[in-house]
Amino acid sequence: MINYIWLGLIVVGAIISIVKGNAQFVTDAAIESANTAVTISLGLIGMMTLWLGLMNIAEKAGIVNAVGRLLKPIMKRLFPEVPENHPAMGSMVMNIAANMLGLGNAATPLGIKAMKELQELNPEKDTASNPMCMFLAINTSSITLIASTVVAYRVAAGSKNPAEIIGPVIIASIFGTVIAVIAAKLLEKFSKRGGRKCS
Amino acid sequence: MFVNVIQTISTYAIPVVILLIPLYAVFKKIKVYEVFCEGAVEGFHTAVKIIPYLLAMLVAIGIFRKSGAMDVLVSILSPVTNFIGLPGELVPLAVMKSLSGGGSNGLLTDILKTSGPDSLIGRIASTMTASSETTFYVIAIYFGAVGIRKTRHAVSAGLIADLAGVLAAIWICRLMFG
Repeated sequence: MINYIWLGLIVVGAIISIVKGNAQFVTDAAIESANTAVTISLGLIGMMTLWLGLMNIAEKAGIVNAVGRLLKPIMKRLFPEVPENHPAMGSMVMNIAANMLGLGNAATPLGIKAMKELQELNPEKDTASNPMCMFLAINTSSITLIASTVVAYRVAAGSKNPAEIIGPVIIASIFGTVIAVIAAKLLEKFSKRGGRKCS
Repeated sequence: MFVNVIQTISTYAIPVVILLIPLYAVFKKIKVYEVFCEGAVEGFHTAVKIIPYLLAMLVAIGIFRKSGAMDVLVSILSPVTNFIGLPGELVPLAVMKSLSGGGSNGLLTDILKTSGPDSLIGRIASTMTASSETTFYVIAIYFGAVGIRKTRHAVSAGLIADLAGVLAAIWICRLMFG
């Protein structure tokens, strides 16, 4: 699926630009986005290094496993393929908690750490495993308790009550996450590993 | 009240974690500095490994955005979006929020300016934007870091969840503010 979406974005974008006589847009967008990608990735180095260091301490001290055990009943059901005491469980719980609190800087490195641990359990290194897809679905829908960025935009736009959306956001994001979990569980039955449906 | 509690937790979470992890580890007789550095070594490599994945994604999205293709997509989708009760001015945002965080923040700012932050449209737009992460960005970063190219059902599950979040935002805002 991702192959078609990727191709579609490029083909549709390029054709429309060229037809409208704006061929230069394609070049501009390509250069600009390529640079942005490098800036974002390199910008992650600091946070990535910090959290991988801290998490190594936490893991050796048994903290990561203890965190994983806190939510064992839920995690076991969401990720049946992951052994109960695997460090991936703890990393995923910490990532989800950081996301809920709106701590994006910490959440991304913790999530990547969790992905690395899931990758250790993954028999096919270039193909996403079921727990990886589930973890990703939970992450993209991410339950949001504090919508600080959007509240800031609302303040800037002169809202009388900028924080009034926090309640709706919590409900909408919980609903989105529940649907994400159901979708990931149902879809994993249809997308076989190594088969054509993987695209 | 609730908001204050959560805000306090999110302010103290990182300082407390940075303090407690090494402190607890020392009680467990762990050589904290050495273990930190041992883990941190991977940081640079991991970040660099993400570059090709994120670049591929951002370039495709960038070309699509810059071309004005969004308008075309919006008119193709209009029968569907009318059916689910999504107001026309929110359609670009509903699509953009799966593709680009920067793009959807830009659209949100426009909507807040033209419709007003305390209008129903403004409230729905705010709720929609805040209630999920940028699916394609998350996929590029998380899968890129471990070299996953075959994403299986991750994209579909993410997009279904995005759609559910959009619908939920509309319904809840209509219910609470409508």
